[in-house]
Amino acid sequence: MLPRPTSHSKALGPGVAGPELAVATSAVLDRPPQPGAHLPLSGAAPCAVDPAALGDPRQHTKYPYVTGTSVLAIKYKDGVLVGCDTLGAYGSTKRYKNTQRIVRVNSKCVVAAGGEISDFQYISNLLDELTTDDYRTDDGIELTPAEVYAYLCRVMYNRRNKFDPLWNSLVVAGVGPGSNGEGGSAFVGMVGMIGTHYTDSHVTTGFANQLARPLFRERQRDDMSEEEALQLMYDALKVCYYRDKCSINKFQIAKVTGEGGVSISEPFALDMRWDYKMFAQPTKWAVGAW
Amino acid sequence: MATVAPYQLGNPLSKVHAEAADGQRQHAAWSPYDDNGGTVVAVAGEDYCIVAASTRMSTGFSILTRDASMLLQLTDKVVIASAGMQADRKALHKLLQHRNVMYQHNHGRPMSVSATAQLLSNTLYLKRFFPFYTFNLCAGLDEQGRGAVYNYDAIGSYERSGYFCQGSGKELIQPVLDNQLKAASPLLLPPRSTITALPLDQALDLVKDAFVSAGERDIYTGDKVEILIITKDGTRRDELQLKLD
Repeated sequence: MLPRPTSHSKALGPGVAGPELAVATSAVLDRPPQPGAHLPLSGAAPCAVDPAALGDPRQHTKYPYVTGTSVLAIKYKDGVLVGCDTLGAYGSTKRYKNTQRIVRVNSKCVVAAGGEISDFQYISNLLDELTTDDYRTDDGIELTPAEVYAYLCRVMYNRRNKFDPLWNSLVVAGVGPGSNGEGGSAFVGMVGMIGTHYTDSHVTTGFANQLARPLFRERQRDDMSEEEALQLMYDALKVCYYRDKCSINKFQIAKVTGEGGVSISEPFALDMRWDYKMFAQPTKWAVGAW
Repeated sequence: MATVAPYQLGNPLSKVHAEAADGQRQHAAWSPYDDNGGTVVAVAGEDYCIVAASTRMSTGFSILTRDASMLLQLTDKVVIASAGMQADRKALHKLLQHRNVMYQHNHGRPMSVSATAQLLSNTLYLKRFFPFYTFNLCAGLDEQGRGAVYNYDAIGSYERSGYFCQGSGKELIQPVLDNQLKAASPLLLPPRSTITALPLDQALDLVKDAFVSAGERDIYTGDKVEILIITKDGTRRDELQLKLD
């Protein structure tokens, strides 16, 4: 046995080996290999989640492939409106121009998603199973949007805890009793991929956070009429199309009301103008430009 | 054989890196953590306890909502305030509420603030190797009716104090509280109690002023402050409007 290195530093005191003296001694170097050193002594299954370390050839999601962009949702007098475009982008390629990013959960609730489309298809399957189970209880009561929202919060948070997130920003919107504790009241909420969630009178995901949310903060009121709400939604969708490079001029708006239930519109286009002088010559009126 | 770089405790926003079989590092994937901002403050007095939290929820440089609560009222006499990541905060608060209900069923009485403080510490340490990204305060009235404030780090190390603050504005508010509450130095031995002798209304004004000041300089503090005032007569709620910018 080689003598253990000891400190000659006054600061550390006598006989104390500080971190800079933590050189590998023969005791460490000649130690027999311990293949199970990272496993619990109790013999229980390790809590590892990394599939590579567990010998599984599959991998956790590291980055999204086919993605949807912003989703917008607002409350208004009769219920809620949810709007988004119908693009599934593959990186910068506008690959799938006919994706429906809003799904109907039941007659009171819709869920829309930005982010990885395949993960959203999986979530749609989960919601299908949820509503089928709910239907089978045969009590005439449907899940309220707040309940669907709570369910999705847990799903997203638990996937994040396994380091294998569903790469989506979800918007849950609808009407129902108990949403805010009152009957027939509107509900709008957002759940992110690491489990961050909140409810408000208006929510947005993705680029719309920067582009549309300020418009909503200025113009949205809980008692606005349907016409005003639609106009606000169109204006917000227009801004998102003008300024988000990965979006197309093909939108769907879902409306959920107490009387009318859920209606998801056919895809439509909005009037866009590209001949604004400020687009053609952006710097012409800037101070100092020539 | 791919290995995962160790998760760094001191750096809560560290990315999970993936190494390809030939040992080359790929770009960082994603982080399970996010700081949603906000500040919480608690001040203990002779017969009261004030807990206050801002209601702004942010991510990066965006505001998500102006009306999110960071407080959990467990019983008439105990409040938990958590700053940091919202998803972890909600999960932690859910857990604590469940344990609180179980305690009341088992013991036939509500949890004391010291029991809650210990429970919170244990709950946080259970996730020692994948922590809740929450910086907590546990506050209320102790068994003698005096104010109690316990402050925590992310993994459950805790200490009772007379006042504390956590969150994005804590460096702005803590020195103000140290000065105005004229506490003895925390370095003295034996430790002196720092429960303030100020009457309730003056302490409340101090807390409100502290938030207004923090709101001026900290971008994550603003919109509104939710204040709970715990006395032997129960809990009273107060609100303070802050600037929306």
